[in-house]
Amino acid sequence: MKKNDQAWTPGRVFVQVFLILFALATVYPILQIVTISLRPSDQLYSTSLAIIPAGASLRAYQTMLFQKPFLLWMRNSLIVSLCVTMLGVTLASTAAYAFSRYRFAGRSAGLYLFLMTQMFPATMLMLPLYVLMKNLHLLDTFAGLVVAYTATALPFCVWTMRGYYDTIPYELEQAALIDGCTPWQAFVKVTLPLAAPALSITALFSFMAAWSEFLVARIVISRQELYTLPLGLESLAGQFQTEWANYAAGSLLVCVPVMAMFIALNRNIVSGLSVGGVKG
Amino acid sequence: MLRAPRSFPYSLLLPATIVMLAVVLFPLGYSFWLAFRNMSLYHFRTHEFVGLDNFQLVLTEPIFWTLLGKSLVWTGVNVFFHVALGVLLAILLSGPVRGKTILRTMLVLPWAMPQYISALTWRGMFNFEYGAINLILKQWFHLPPVPWLSDPTWAFVAPILTNIWLGFPFMMVVALGGLTSIPADLYEAAELDGANGWEKFTNVTLPSLMPVLVPSILLGTIWTFNNTLVVWLVSNGGQPADATHILVTYIYKVAFTYSRYSYAAAFSVVVFLMLLGFVVYVMRRTSSQERTA
Repeated sequence: MKKNDQAWTPGRVFVQVFLILFALATVYPILQIVTISLRPSDQLYSTSLAIIPAGASLRAYQTMLFQKPFLLWMRNSLIVSLCVTMLGVTLASTAAYAFSRYRFAGRSAGLYLFLMTQMFPATMLMLPLYVLMKNLHLLDTFAGLVVAYTATALPFCVWTMRGYYDTIPYELEQAALIDGCTPWQAFVKVTLPLAAPALSITALFSFMAAWSEFLVARIVISRQELYTLPLGLESLAGQFQTEWANYAAGSLLVCVPVMAMFIALNRNIVSGLSVGGVKG
Repeated sequence: MLRAPRSFPYSLLLPATIVMLAVVLFPLGYSFWLAFRNMSLYHFRTHEFVGLDNFQLVLTEPIFWTLLGKSLVWTGVNVFFHVALGVLLAILLSGPVRGKTILRTMLVLPWAMPQYISALTWRGMFNFEYGAINLILKQWFHLPPVPWLSDPTWAFVAPILTNIWLGFPFMMVVALGGLTSIPADLYEAAELDGANGWEKFTNVTLPSLMPVLVPSILLGTIWTFNNTLVVWLVSNGGQPADATHILVTYIYKVAFTYSRYSYAAAFSVVVFLMLLGFVVYVMRRTSSQERTA
């Protein structure tokens, strides 16, 4: 803001110091993961608060990558997350387009139905899903997970996409329709490319929802070779005393790509959220 | 609005609707149905209609009211701190501060972390002997260690602290977005009228932020009330001795650890109806305020 070159009054210094301290405290738990992942195996029960531990070693990373089934968990998580992303983007982009461009019977009821799904206690959905999957022998399969995750990510994605479509002028599609395109062609060839920023957010959110989901995975998957990353990492932290360094190294390997994507798309997220929110 | 054959919008909606029906509406109906039966591990295939028995059990057991109280405390404390911290930080960040970008990125990081990793990491930090929090209390402030995970009260405070950390960045981002849309001449007018900082906050900032904040607070309240993951992972499934549960974690445990399916279904129907009532009430009130304003 314009006041930036003002003098450093005591109030301003106080605010600056407060913000820096608060930001450091906020980041501290994340630094904590770094610290623990670097601890050499003889210092796992350390009472030192040093950020870089004495005798730091990358051994835990080596263990995770080559001795633990970490890469298997990652493969499982990637399969599930990529399927969810593809399914989520496809379903959300088409459904949201209908909500944005057309007026039809049941439109507003449909929109609110999508929103209402946020209100169910997770168990209310998980329990029937569990019973259903048990009856259909879908427990211990990825298909069950993919469908469940897509449905949980969908409402948010539909609202975000619809908000973004609303900002694209529809004269372009009208022109395309006059030139002889079918409504479907107008959507795929004209609108969809323009909605690329919103598509990227939808993709990110669908991916992250699947990449970090624990509670549904815990009830659907019980065979160790089908563990996704959250299940695998929790199994290490469960026996907390022995595997803490490995758990920390694994967490960091999982977090860093996600955080990088999140920060890279941060601007899109903020504008996407506010665009979607303004027009209820 | 575009012109197309009447069936076109429906065909666009069809795939998403099928998935939503299969995974959301069917389970919803199934939960209601299940709530009137007696399905459990012992009656998995032979369950029968038992009327309102489950509901009676849910509402007469004292644990329901204990859990409801804890859920309300959990939600109230969390949402209060999410909003207070979020708005405070957003206001400070939009003032004359050096290093805005880096500070904002640092403050948003908890939102970017997968929640289960944050929750498990906090559980580690709450460890009595080796956890960072007790070590900091001891080494920096010379305070006695706190039995975070073994004492029922502290074991409830621990997930709350974790969730405050997890949740304030969302409100901060929402508030930051809201602050940028307040026109500067409103503040200039207030200054001309001789308003001090606090008066500017209560008369200009807060009223202008409310339209953005209210929907987020409503959504945040529902998310927090329904947040099973944080309590579950920080307290390791309700330890010590199932004393740390809130409503939703208790339902999760009853359903998937104790396999009392119908009882859990009745429980979640009750919770759902409470939330529905709350949301309808709030939406009515805010829309009537909009009309009178």
